[in-house]
Amino acid sequence: MSDFIGGFWHYYIAALTLVSIAACAALLMAMSKRRVSTDPEKTSHVWDEDLDEYNTPLPRWWIWLFWITTFYSLGYLWFYPGLGSFEGAGKWTSAKEYAEEVQVAEKEFAPIYERFAGADLRQVAADPEARLIGQRLFLNYCTQCHASDARGGKGYPDLTDNDWLYGGDPEQIQKSILDGRNGAMPALGAALGPDAVRDLANYVRSLSGLDHDALRAARGKEKFVMCAACHGPEGKGNVALGAPNLTDKVWLHGSSEATIIQTITRGRQSHMPAHRELLGEARVKLLAAYVYGLSLRQKNVVPVAATATK
Amino acid sequence: MNQSVPLADLEQSLYEVRKKIYPRAVHGNFARWRWALVFATQLVFYGLAWLQWNGRQAVLFDLAARKFYVFGLVLWPQDIIYLAVLLVLCALSLFLFTAIAGRLWCGYACPQTVYTEIFLWIEAAIEGDHMRRAKLDRSAAGPRKVALKAAKHGVWVALSLWTGFTFVGYFTPIRELGHATITFALGPWETFWLLFYGFATYGNAGWMREQVCKYMCPYARFQSAMFDPDTLVITYDAARGEPRGARSRKADPKALGLGACVDCSVCVQVCPTGIDIRDGLQYECIGCAACIDGCDQVMEKMGYAPGLIRYSTENAVKNAWGWREMARRVMRPRVWVYIAILVAITAAAATTLYQRSPLKMNVIRDRASLAREIDESHIENVYRLQVMNTDERAHRFTLSVEGSSHLGHVGITADTPEAFFTIDPTSSRVITLRVHAVPHDAEGSQPIEFELKTVDGEGPGVTIHEKSRFYVPAGWAGKGDTK
Repeated sequence: MSDFIGGFWHYYIAALTLVSIAACAALLMAMSKRRVSTDPEKTSHVWDEDLDEYNTPLPRWWIWLFWITTFYSLGYLWFYPGLGSFEGAGKWTSAKEYAEEVQVAEKEFAPIYERFAGADLRQVAADPEARLIGQRLFLNYCTQCHASDARGGKGYPDLTDNDWLYGGDPEQIQKSILDGRNGAMPALGAALGPDAVRDLANYVRSLSGLDHDALRAARGKEKFVMCAACHGPEGKGNVALGAPNLTDKVWLHGSSEATIIQTITRGRQSHMPAHRELLGEARVKLLAAYVYGLSLRQKNVVPVAATATK
Repeated sequence: MNQSVPLADLEQSLYEVRKKIYPRAVHGNFARWRWALVFATQLVFYGLAWLQWNGRQAVLFDLAARKFYVFGLVLWPQDIIYLAVLLVLCALSLFLFTAIAGRLWCGYACPQTVYTEIFLWIEAAIEGDHMRRAKLDRSAAGPRKVALKAAKHGVWVALSLWTGFTFVGYFTPIRELGHATITFALGPWETFWLLFYGFATYGNAGWMREQVCKYMCPYARFQSAMFDPDTLVITYDAARGEPRGARSRKADPKALGLGACVDCSVCVQVCPTGIDIRDGLQYECIGCAACIDGCDQVMEKMGYAPGLIRYSTENAVKNAWGWREMARRVMRPRVWVYIAILVAITAAAATTLYQRSPLKMNVIRDRASLAREIDESHIENVYRLQVMNTDERAHRFTLSVEGSSHLGHVGITADTPEAFFTIDPTSSRVITLRVHAVPHDAEGSQPIEFELKTVDGEGPGVTIHEKSRFYVPAGWAGKGDTK
């Protein structure tokens, strides 16, 4: 496992390192004694005409420390990688050390997750300790897209509104997190032309009771057949495909006519990454339970004033 | 200019085996001061760790939990400024003391001096005085020598281990540590630090001694920069002492043409760094004043006035000033400036410590989703608030938010956190909340301020404010007014 671009550099670096260490040793030997003129008490260094520098020898153990570091460096280079691309007798790598640390951590945290291993996701969702762990996991791994309060943002689904693209059963949520989801709305602009797209947009707005041009909506309704394959004949969506319900107030990318036109013309690509590898099933279980719990809580909203009197 | 001198065939070693120093025990005023400081510092060091306060260790630096307990205070990582203040105060004190009387720290209070003093006392108690110790070291190995040496090192090691144990006891609760030590249940780091600190004590105070000061201590090297001709240093009064020479107690030194120095070499024998103070101020001198105590005793026996070696300044010796004149010059502007800065910083630190709020709050704005449109008029931003209760009792809190007049109806969206919440003693809690507003004519980043208030119902509450920003998407301005 060499990072050098050519075989030569391995020898070059290794030789340079060894020569440097040898030079240090030679310097130590040369500098432990010196030859002086007459007075052994003085160093023969004379400054400003008559200022003699006296010899104040360091204790012997001091030079031993230098020798120890010199030999230590040789031992180090024998055991650890450092001498060119020589991997060292200890075969140490940072990747291996990281893997070991992960293993230790897994072993340490396993009992925490083991408690919930057998439990049903709905039971886990009701467990206050599981919720706390779930919240921490959520804040670490999910907030980048779904926001700290899990209400998402433009293009990222709100997880608290009880409206689900791929189904709101805890098992389905767990599957979404484990294996990820890929939502694909094809671009229909070229096939339909701008006028037909605008008609469709008005029809879609009419489905959820928004202001619309009735004439265009009527024309759009006829063309909706090609949308019905995914969104259903009534526009109610299909959780099997992740096709959103177009008749409710929830809009992933925006409800304005301009936005809907853009959505139909260019299509949309949504990607929820898979977390099976990254987090492992034990953590995902707690996350799924936490997210499921969020949507449950939303059903019986308690206003702030009411909590205050408790 | 460095003149090159022709080199002859004379070999000189730049390293040599250290010559062991057997300092003669000394008694006197300054030795008493040193022992007083040995007792004072070590009583604090060995004792403080055992003191309890409100059912916990009074002084504990809990590194794992990142909380420092100092009597009634609980310091969090956010209070690191006080560590900086403490270091500034230590540095300034060092400047002040060094400007007044040189290496006072080295001579009386430095752990190296203090532990060497203790270890020397043990050595003298077991092996005898400096003459016997030197003789014992020269003698051939025999049962008596082995027994004495074993006894000495045994006591040293025991004391060192106790010192290491106490040191670790400031970072791990010492009572639990004691139990863990007895049952051999110490953690790897506790074991390492106990042994390491113990070994450092044993090695430095038992074996290294003056070498630490001469070759290792950086402070010893830079403090000469803080000396000036009005600094009190340990001084041999050469004018009075020279020419030195032995004489009978009854003889008149003047008649013999001699100074006050009887050349008894007591000042050299008592010196822990093995120098002759009569050669003048040297970098090896740690300012322990042992030579003053030693010389004064000799002067007393001779019937001479004490103070042949004394604390004096370069100027005072040169101009033969009296005590009063010298003291006036020692308290020079430089010293007053140090004192003024020290007092100012101490007062400022004490004031901020007294006024320190037991609550802390960090506001972290969600960066991924800048803003959300909730309906035609409302914009929403998401925040994560880390609320910390550094107090040692639980508190109930309430949160509110205020914004500039450009942001209408700023408020925390209901149903996010509870309006009132409790945080356990010395712990923190993350609260995620949504803030909504009806922006009139504002766009982009707008200032808002969170207010956190205690509602414990007893005494005056604590209120803290934390600023943040509220983001309004471009093109939104004025939209709120249409409804």
